[in-house]
Amino acid sequence: MSILINKNTKVICQGFTGSQGTFHSEQAIAYGTNLVGGISPGKGGSTHLGKPVFNTVADAVAATGADATMIYVPAAFAGDAILEAADGGIKVIACITEGIPALDMLKVKAALTTNYPGVYLIGPNCPGVITPGECKMGIMPGHIHLPGKIGIVSRSGTLTYEAVWQTTQTGLGQSSCIGIGGDPIHGMSFVDVLTLFKDDPQTEGIVMVGEIGGNAEEDAAAFIKANIKKPVVAYIAGVTAPPGKRMGHAGAIIMGGKGTAADKFAALDAAGCTIVRSPADIGAAMKKFFS
Amino acid sequence: MNLHEYQAKVLLSQFGVAVPGGIKATSQQGAVEAAKAVREKGPWVVKAQVHAGGRGKAGGVKFVRTIQDVEEVAGRLLGSTLVTKQTGSQGVPVHILLIQDGVDIAKEYYLSCLVDRAKKRIVFIGSSEGGMDIEEVAAKTPEKILTVAIDPIVGIQPYQCRQLGFQMGMSKEEVSQMVKIMTGVYNTFVHKDCSLIEINPLILEKSGQLMALDAKISLDDNALYRNLDVAELRDPTQEDEREHIAHEIGLNYVALDGSIGCMVNGAGLAMATMDVIKLHGGDPANFLDVGGGATADRVARAFKLILSSDKVKAILVNIFGGIVRCDTIAEGIITAVKEVGLTLPVVVRLQGTNVEAGREMLAQSGMNIMTADDLTDAAKMAVAAAA
Repeated sequence: MSILINKNTKVICQGFTGSQGTFHSEQAIAYGTNLVGGISPGKGGSTHLGKPVFNTVADAVAATGADATMIYVPAAFAGDAILEAADGGIKVIACITEGIPALDMLKVKAALTTNYPGVYLIGPNCPGVITPGECKMGIMPGHIHLPGKIGIVSRSGTLTYEAVWQTTQTGLGQSSCIGIGGDPIHGMSFVDVLTLFKDDPQTEGIVMVGEIGGNAEEDAAAFIKANIKKPVVAYIAGVTAPPGKRMGHAGAIIMGGKGTAADKFAALDAAGCTIVRSPADIGAAMKKFFS
Repeated sequence: MNLHEYQAKVLLSQFGVAVPGGIKATSQQGAVEAAKAVREKGPWVVKAQVHAGGRGKAGGVKFVRTIQDVEEVAGRLLGSTLVTKQTGSQGVPVHILLIQDGVDIAKEYYLSCLVDRAKKRIVFIGSSEGGMDIEEVAAKTPEKILTVAIDPIVGIQPYQCRQLGFQMGMSKEEVSQMVKIMTGVYNTFVHKDCSLIEINPLILEKSGQLMALDAKISLDDNALYRNLDVAELRDPTQEDEREHIAHEIGLNYVALDGSIGCMVNGAGLAMATMDVIKLHGGDPANFLDVGGGATADRVARAFKLILSSDKVKAILVNIFGGIVRCDTIAEGIITAVKEVGLTLPVVVRLQGTNVEAGREMLAQSGMNIMTADDLTDAAKMAVAAAA
């Protein structure tokens, strides 16, 4: 078991023939991902990387039975690509693209919630999702992963890799790893992912990596306290971040004074998580639960 | 990206938001002419145009009654540096003024519009306590902070404006103007891809007119490509010079005070790297995220940027390759070290895609580059090197 994706997941790529889509599709195929084709409007009927190219997601789903997509289209068109995937019947959407206008994501999020409640959107502006040894949908380097028992969820791409690498070094391995993305408006939240890890028998421990800003980590802490019995190791980046870089008056009000690393560490500590002050200690802290 | 007050008011008035008469000026003579054009006789308000709040308390906003005073205040403000509680000690330069009608104020309200990440909606915040530090209002009297969330698919509805207006204590006459103002603010927000519009204060003039006495607009940088008319309103003089250069070359950079220059990929890892340096007794000189698509050239430019601070005693490079490949980073480091004739110690920690090739290139380069396997070692080496 794992969450969201596994070796049977049929993956397509939107933005398949572009440079990013091509590079990361090649990497996904090399990793063993069941990539069944890709989308490139106007190039339908051709072949790329030995896989069929379709004009639309709907065509690809009809022809291949695809149930997951990874999106590499440029920011200006990415909101459209997410909605096309949902409308085409895709269940797991990993949007890697960074720099999508916030107002586009507001509309996408509202449309998904209203019309496609069963769809999981990961990202945007994220490394994607991987179930080690089975399926890689994203830009993470595959070789640092090891099939195993730790579920990893993070707001930051490269910090996810850090947690992955350490759980690989300590031999624990990972069940699934999800980067939920750093944008203010994004798809799955920490709580959404933690809910899946809670019910996944392969996941025996959870690493959660947060950042300053917003209150997603505080929400996660409340959820962990009430629902999760598995060990959770948590790290929050940004203790030393300069306070001067604020988003203007009103943003701070909405957050109700929350958002500092200290607040988040305190909330996670109170929820029974093992907190580490350096990301270099994540692997060792988790290893203690399994020795 | 932020707009100046005068730019924000022009934009808002295009969408039907009432603003007091005002004209921008960039010289003493221009200020005098602007004042005469705004109204025949005083009073006027002379307002320094800078990208920072707290202007009033810092002396950047002056109420004046005579043309002589307009001239005198304009002369004093233009070319000066304004230090407010939001600017840091270096302050920001004043080179534009707004000469505004000195309207008679009967009442002051607060109104802002922004994206609420938890609600995933555009929200309006309103308060009867206008003209004050709104964070203070929120802390002391949270019941006076009122919000209304807008469905992005339906858009703003008049009832929502009426609801907020009445809750803020407005009269029937004010509320009907409030509908027009909020609709205008909302339309500005969605048509120009704003991330914040703040009107503080929104005033009731003695004549009965509701208008935006002050206005602040921040734009979503990710959407500037489709709002070229506002993108060209950027004023680089209001930005930290190095941060501006970083922006031009697509790097995410914030200058700090420490002695260890950092170059990292990914904002999260960049913050974490600063945290680990601090944890081991050092002080980061900057936050620098080279991003996902780092080329050798960008890495070289990033190096030059780090070195533009004379406080830097050592450099820590921490790259976990995903999109960006370690060999690309290594090539950039070697190029940069050669180009700038770098003598400072450099500690490099590489991990991820093509890591072996990257390490090999560094080892073969014959340069004084220390390599580390993990973040703790890297941080300790950098702290020792900078001491």
